[in-house]
Amino acid sequence: QTPKLLKRLFLFSYASAAPNNTDGRNQTVMFDTLEDWRDELERTKGNVKYRTVTTNEGYRVSEKLPLYFVVPICISEESILKYEGRGIPIWCWSCHNGAALLKMSAFPKEQDDSTSQMQKAFLDGIYKTICKPPYELLKMDDLSSSLPSLQDIQTAYTRFKQLFFIDNSTDFWATDVKWFSLLESTNWLEIIRRVLKKAIEVAECLERQHTNVLLIEESATDLCCVISSLVQVMMDSYSRTKSGFQSLIQKEWVVGGHGFLERCNHLRKSEKEEAPIFLLLLNCVWQLVQQYPPAFEFTETYLTVLSDSLYVPVFSTFFFNSQHQRDTSASGESLKTQSGPFRFLTVWDWSVQFDPKAQAFLNNPFYAEKPKPDKSQRKTARFKHQRQLSLPLTQPKPSTKRGFFREETDHLIKNILGKRIGKFINSSDEPPNSFREFYESWHSKPVDYHGLLLPRIDGPEIKVWAQRYLRWIPEAQLHGGGTIAITAKILDLMEEVQSLQVKMDEEHSQAVSGDVHSISTPRNSARLSSLFPFALLQRQSVKPALPTSTWKDLEDEDDLVKRDDEFVDLSGDM
Amino acid sequence: MASSSTPKYNSNSLENSSSKRTLKDGTNWEQNEEIPRLPGETRVTDKDVIYMCPFNGPVKGRVYITNYRLYLRSVENDPAVVLNVPLGVISRIEKMGGASSRGENSYGLDITCKDMRNLRFALKQEGHSRRDIFEVLTKYAFPQSHNLLFFAFLNEEKFSENGWTVYNPMSEYRRQGLPNEQWRVTFLNEHYGLCDTYPSLLVVPYNATDDDLKKVAAFRSRNRIPVLSWIHPETQAVIMRCSQPLVGMSGKRNKDDERYLDIIREANGQISKLTIYDARPNVNAVANKATGGGYEGEDAYPNAELFFLDIHNIHVMRESLKKLKDIVYPNVEESHWLSSLESTHWLEHIKLVLTGAIQVADKVSSGRSSVLVHCSDGWDRTAQLTSLAMLMLDSYYRTIEGFEVLVQKEWISFGHKFASRIGHGDKNHADADRSPIFLQFIDCVWQMSKQFPTAFEFNEQFLITILDHLYSCRFGTFLYNSESLREKEKVSEKTLSLWSLINSEKSKYTNPFYSKELNRALYPVASMRHLELWVNYYIRWNPRIRQQQPNPVEQRYMELLALRDDYIRRLEELQITNNSKIPNSSASSTSPSQMMSQLQTHF
Repeated sequence: QTPKLLKRLFLFSYASAAPNNTDGRNQTVMFDTLEDWRDELERTKGNVKYRTVTTNEGYRVSEKLPLYFVVPICISEESILKYEGRGIPIWCWSCHNGAALLKMSAFPKEQDDSTSQMQKAFLDGIYKTICKPPYELLKMDDLSSSLPSLQDIQTAYTRFKQLFFIDNSTDFWATDVKWFSLLESTNWLEIIRRVLKKAIEVAECLERQHTNVLLIEESATDLCCVISSLVQVMMDSYSRTKSGFQSLIQKEWVVGGHGFLERCNHLRKSEKEEAPIFLLLLNCVWQLVQQYPPAFEFTETYLTVLSDSLYVPVFSTFFFNSQHQRDTSASGESLKTQSGPFRFLTVWDWSVQFDPKAQAFLNNPFYAEKPKPDKSQRKTARFKHQRQLSLPLTQPKPSTKRGFFREETDHLIKNILGKRIGKFINSSDEPPNSFREFYESWHSKPVDYHGLLLPRIDGPEIKVWAQRYLRWIPEAQLHGGGTIAITAKILDLMEEVQSLQVKMDEEHSQAVSGDVHSISTPRNSARLSSLFPFALLQRQSVKPALPTSTWKDLEDEDDLVKRDDEFVDLSGDM
Repeated sequence: MASSSTPKYNSNSLENSSSKRTLKDGTNWEQNEEIPRLPGETRVTDKDVIYMCPFNGPVKGRVYITNYRLYLRSVENDPAVVLNVPLGVISRIEKMGGASSRGENSYGLDITCKDMRNLRFALKQEGHSRRDIFEVLTKYAFPQSHNLLFFAFLNEEKFSENGWTVYNPMSEYRRQGLPNEQWRVTFLNEHYGLCDTYPSLLVVPYNATDDDLKKVAAFRSRNRIPVLSWIHPETQAVIMRCSQPLVGMSGKRNKDDERYLDIIREANGQISKLTIYDARPNVNAVANKATGGGYEGEDAYPNAELFFLDIHNIHVMRESLKKLKDIVYPNVEESHWLSSLESTHWLEHIKLVLTGAIQVADKVSSGRSSVLVHCSDGWDRTAQLTSLAMLMLDSYYRTIEGFEVLVQKEWISFGHKFASRIGHGDKNHADADRSPIFLQFIDCVWQMSKQFPTAFEFNEQFLITILDHLYSCRFGTFLYNSESLREKEKVSEKTLSLWSLINSEKSKYTNPFYSKELNRALYPVASMRHLELWVNYYIRWNPRIRQQQPNPVEQRYMELLALRDDYIRRLEELQITNNSKIPNSSASSTSPSQMMSQLQTHF
């Protein structure tokens, strides 16, 4: 039975009972303080053109907006307050070249003419302000028209999910022959493809055209979150570390005001299924993770357990619609219990869910780490270091290629300025060549795992997140196989290297003390199932899984089917 | 660098690979210097052409034709666009456009290749400029149709290993523990008198005389009698292969054949029925009766149980691959990729072949029952099934050398008709005998290696190299249809073996994640949920879909391995110095080399 009231969720009881533990966040930036936003601005060098505002303290502007957020310097407090934050470009992230990713909550369709006139005038004013130097170019993308609707996404996912509810072996094999067309008919992979494509388009604007991008959506808390997060994962290698990714989710989703409670339908308020917007992001990120394993500090297992945590009512992270809702719920509870400030648990403390050994599966052994900065200069180095990570393409001496791009961009800028196109350049109106060229020129070069990362989006490259969706299906289990076989091997090797290291240290000390130590026996990994670490289905026998229904007619090839391999009349041989 | 004696021919980037040398302009271009040439390879002609690259548009270049390859280097691009195509992969050469056809680059040659690509060259229209190049290409690409030798007979390469010694049937059977009390080796086919498409050495039941074999041969299509392919070391159950029985419309019976199958059944002391897997769909097996073939009926073989595996014939497979090519070359189907892929049925066929092999393997292993596998002639589907089942059951075949033995044994020696299926050097591109049966087998192996990334000693490159040389005609390995023909042409004396190339450079083909495991049955999951299109093979010419080379995960693992070895070495040094300092203290410490062997026995 699902509770119908927010307060009845287990996280309220759990939070008051669990010990207070705030250091388990894995350096995740929570974005609930002014400081956090300032640091982020500084990290991305966005502080020249953008500033943090405190206008929403006490939720004066809107209950949907976070307490603190970042806007272009020239936006006045007055304008922010005017329409509860609507029509205001809100900063998400700045690219190394200064181009910024912004989002904006659009005005609802207004019947009243005068109101819409006023809104239009207001928007014009805003555009004028932010199209002036130092912001220059702005490209707008209305996501509600350029991406599938929430309804489409929901429908697709519901169908997709259905494919994995398999009752028995017969069911599994009966659907197997038509698997690809069944998969296609859900449209889910196509939606992932379109979202990835959109993210590449945005990245192209920021990276190559040095153009600010403003994402527009009615609430700016659904597809805006997906696209802005994806763009950051692709462009900012800090977002590909565990803490960076968690901070990103805090920034864009949790504090950013994605309506988790409603979208996940945690309280079963409506008869409808969940609208899997956050899952859509994780599915997209998974594509990148499997295409570029060394680029991510976390594993697909991390993404899988994160997606599971979406439904674990122990953590507050994914159970509120906004920061405001969370705050008021928390203060209500502290009033009731009167035992100091009420603290919810955050999902980022993975130790609540997993012991250290299990947590090891969240860390990617293939991650191509950058050398760490000197620890003594930690505070200052932190930003420098991360800055570097996001600056893979900026080199002191620009190569000829970059020069070429710059020229071309200048040309583009002139063109666009000449036409005074500030508004509503829909990406679909644009010649797709620049996108193709950007995509292909990037793919023709070797991958820099700490630089810009573009997903491959051709048909064969978009895959089903097998770990998440096949893990409870025994028929799909590979006994002793799957990618886990490789991961286990590399973990073994790492352990071995570590023990050798220890042994070396011992030998060094032995040279002094003369002690002899026994060597640690290497661990002997059991043969794992491809479903590991989720399902440990111990099949008693090693009987293979055999399809029970296999063939369907090759209607169109009937004449071929009936032919013999080589026509020879054997009866003559007798 | 580029003209070393063993050119980097197998790389994934045959196309558009940049030359080591930068050619800023054409002036420092020396004509022959940079064209890779094998010993024995001679230049025939060259010409200025425009290569109509489907990915990068027209490329001006010069094409060089030798008796082994077509080589193109662009003259303007930097880095240079290079094409390096063994003539053996050419399936068809057509002239496009006429002397009077208009439009840019409409006059030239269109070349269809066997390895999932087409090449198109535009030439100048004046003076029949394509005539000589067309003739030269046709002549050297199809030597069999022009009374010329395959390049394999002219190849003068030298390798440190001799691939012809890899497979020795006697030692392979000995490895399996044969002969024993139940199974004997017969030389009855020494001069291919019993069956001209079988190898000279056969393993048959001890209780069947050579005379019995001759009688059985009369009742099996093309005399391909049931012989042993593999024996299970524990259950002693065997995998037998043969062709269909000549039952015909009238339902003929043959007492000798019936008794022979019973002897096979009894050989491992089993009481249950002998399992017969007919690879064909039921209807095809029935239809074969009309031409004198058929299957083992219940009445005649009461001690046998027959199953049909529903694998389709060579024509269906050929059409399926054709459809696959349509959706991946030159461009990958943009929309509806999945349903397009499904409509080619390619993976569905893969699934059926794997499913059949799993059934064979499982029957022998956990069912402890001997099996007999056949299709019509027992050289296409049968070879797929027996070799895949053996790969699942016997970890030896998952090593580089073991796999070579497997191919050599189940495919080459047992008369898979490579010459007919591939059409080596033959201009009849539409020949109905051509079919990608061996490719399908290699695809199945790839699927298995994908599902079990630590179970195979060889890597993807190994499989791709085998497929490349299946067509190239640089080695004698896949030439001709049978052992008897190969012997007649003295292939092992006059040509080199592909395994020479591979075994001389084993590290290139080794999977670093390989964990040696003995006697573990390996069953892939033959479900569409796991089967994947082998992008790195079928779509490898498309620069947009190229996988990262080298594989970053592999690289990382190699780095760690190097680190470990470094530690072990340093540790050893440390211990030596320490031990010399403290002479009596190291009695209990394990030496690093001991430790290493201990460390390597994971899994």
